[in-house]
Amino acid sequence: MTQLLEMRGIVKRFPGVLANDRVNFDLRAGEVHTLLGENGAGKSTLMKILYGLYQPDEGELLIEGAPSRITSPTDAINHGIGMVHQHFMLVPSLTVTENVAMGTVSKRGRMNLRHVSDRIEELSESHGLAVDPDAYIWQLSVGERQRVEIIKALYRDVKLLVLDEPTAVLTPGEVDHLFKILRQTAEDGRGLVFISHKLHEVLALSDRITVLRHGRVMGEVEAKDANREMLASMMVGRPVRLAPDKPPMETGRARLTIRDLNVMGDRGLPALQDLSLTVREGEILGIAGVSGNGQRELAETIAGLRKPESGTIEVDDADITGRQPSAVRAAGLAYVPEERQRDGAIGAFSVSENMILVNHRHPPMSRRGFLRNGEIRQRSQQLVDEFSVATPGLDVPASNLSGGNLQKLILARELSGSPSVLLASQPTRGVDIGAA
Amino acid sequence: MADIFSATVIVATLSSGIRLAVPLLLASLGEAFGQRSGVLNLGVDGIMLLGAFGGYFTTLKTQSPWLGLAVGLGVGLVLGLLSSVISVSLLAEQGISGIGVYLFGLGMSDLLFQKLVGTPLPAASFQKSPIPLLSEIPVLGDLFFNHSIPIYLAFLAIPVSTVIINRTRFGMNIRAVGENPEAADSQGISVTRVRYAAVTIGGILAGAAGAVLAIGLGIFQQNLTNAQGFIAIALVYFGAWRPLGVMAGSLVYGMVSAVVLLLKTRGIIPLGASDLAAMIPAVITVLALVVAARRFRAPTALTKPFIRGG
Repeated sequence: MTQLLEMRGIVKRFPGVLANDRVNFDLRAGEVHTLLGENGAGKSTLMKILYGLYQPDEGELLIEGAPSRITSPTDAINHGIGMVHQHFMLVPSLTVTENVAMGTVSKRGRMNLRHVSDRIEELSESHGLAVDPDAYIWQLSVGERQRVEIIKALYRDVKLLVLDEPTAVLTPGEVDHLFKILRQTAEDGRGLVFISHKLHEVLALSDRITVLRHGRVMGEVEAKDANREMLASMMVGRPVRLAPDKPPMETGRARLTIRDLNVMGDRGLPALQDLSLTVREGEILGIAGVSGNGQRELAETIAGLRKPESGTIEVDDADITGRQPSAVRAAGLAYVPEERQRDGAIGAFSVSENMILVNHRHPPMSRRGFLRNGEIRQRSQQLVDEFSVATPGLDVPASNLSGGNLQKLILARELSGSPSVLLASQPTRGVDIGAA
Repeated sequence: MADIFSATVIVATLSSGIRLAVPLLLASLGEAFGQRSGVLNLGVDGIMLLGAFGGYFTTLKTQSPWLGLAVGLGVGLVLGLLSSVISVSLLAEQGISGIGVYLFGLGMSDLLFQKLVGTPLPAASFQKSPIPLLSEIPVLGDLFFNHSIPIYLAFLAIPVSTVIINRTRFGMNIRAVGENPEAADSQGISVTRVRYAAVTIGGILAGAAGAVLAIGLGIFQQNLTNAQGFIAIALVYFGAWRPLGVMAGSLVYGMVSAVVLLLKTRGIIPLGASDLAAMIPAVITVLALVVAARRFRAPTALTKPFIRGG
């Protein structure tokens, strides 16, 4: 097998962080080589160096054996490198064809889009990538947009394709389909770099796996010799139990009762229809489903952020239907929102300020309108310890915390009020295995 | 007073409305290019003023309005590049930096005028060039085909721009860079280069707008544009970032201006209220903007500087 890529001793420093520490990585034609690691392990940084978005501070890069310098995406494209980014690089107001044609070379200014759309149809047929070339991106589902990203790469006939967390937004069915396409793409003689932190996906798709932690390579294994426990331990740096033992809990009386709830979504279409559910004491009720099927609207309605059309919501026999968030909280509901950076904490506020955000209006945190700093510090230090929030101090801005630690902070705050019901939206998204 | 409604007066008024619309049309068309690429240039009025002075002064000295127009374009080119440096390379806050360009243009054009000319002297203007045959058509001929060449060119720029924006690779790059610069960058399109080009086109057209205004009037004075550059920015929103929409807005402004001018010269609006009346076109245009603009969405990356990997 030909060696497509070799990255040797790559070092990349950001202020205060060593994102890549002498990383070695290579890729052969026809294989899927996975970069596995937690958030912030340096996977995306390494690939952004490969794609010319960052310049390495040290190290060298060989493409098909020849030392190369890649200083811009244009360079990368000219070297036959394609990248499907974590956030789609598509222009919503342009069509599929226009997005694919964008930036490709042509002799004159006029575009021959007919030719491009013919080629897209060929590619979608030969690779099972069904997509309408004339559709606008904004009309497409997430899965279809993913396919457009892959078509973009195939259209340029890349030799080396990097996929940065491509499954984050897909349904299980879409993931299976994507993996089939990716296997086929590799078998055509291309090399694929797959970035992920989902162990079962990594094992299903890869030929080889390189594990990164804190910017360093922790090891490289053949996928056939690997298993989940081993990979998880390499990622986290200590043995990890993937399935905690949980004794069954006795369930008691109903704490949250929802009856016949009807809620409109943002576009004025029904998001929830006649939904009823009960959560009992000692019970965790999971809401599963592809995102966009009413989960967000349900959480917002319970939390008092969205008015239902009809139906009732009760916490401990108190009717909170359509009440303001403060009243809902007073009734005993705690809420960990989906967008923790945006809705769950105030990034510019310190850790201790965020800790008491809900309670600051009441004694003992404040008295006669004045915040009581001694009490606040004592209380937040206690919570930081109890929930093992890794923070350099109580006074650093919350925006400095990693996703997992910010989530612990929010959870600590929400649980500190001894709520009757805890409502948590996507609480483990973007949180490391260790923290989760 | 009854003769206000005679055919001759109506045709003359509409015809002057078309003429008055042209500086605004050029300026807002240029601004639309910049905004489609994601750059808000608030300095249009300043560029217009310097273009106007450059055009006027050159015409005054050389007796050639065409040379004057060329100098206006050149001034616009230089200031367009300057605006690009500020907004694209230096990543300035676009809501603020353009005001600096405006104040620079306002002060500099007046300073140059005071130093180099002093008392306003009339300069040569463009000759009318009736289009053969077409200008013979009754009413319509006088209305549309009896203007000077820059006016025909300005209206020709509308369909040309529509084609450039929608049908060429350059136009697609402009739209891509204005909607999702990260995506464009990852496809190998230079966001910097495309934005420089779009903003500089905007500068050239703003310079042309000023020159056409000053040479059309044959005169220059302090703050000649009367904030038309700012109206032009509003018209870009009114016109939903499309050349045709921008033209429609400019024509509304031009027509209302022409009517107000007519009413003033006929003494229907008393002299004391003439400053008040001067506001009417702007007010009506802004009202039209408020009513019409709700349905449209601005380019997503408008006013957002682009930093790779940031």
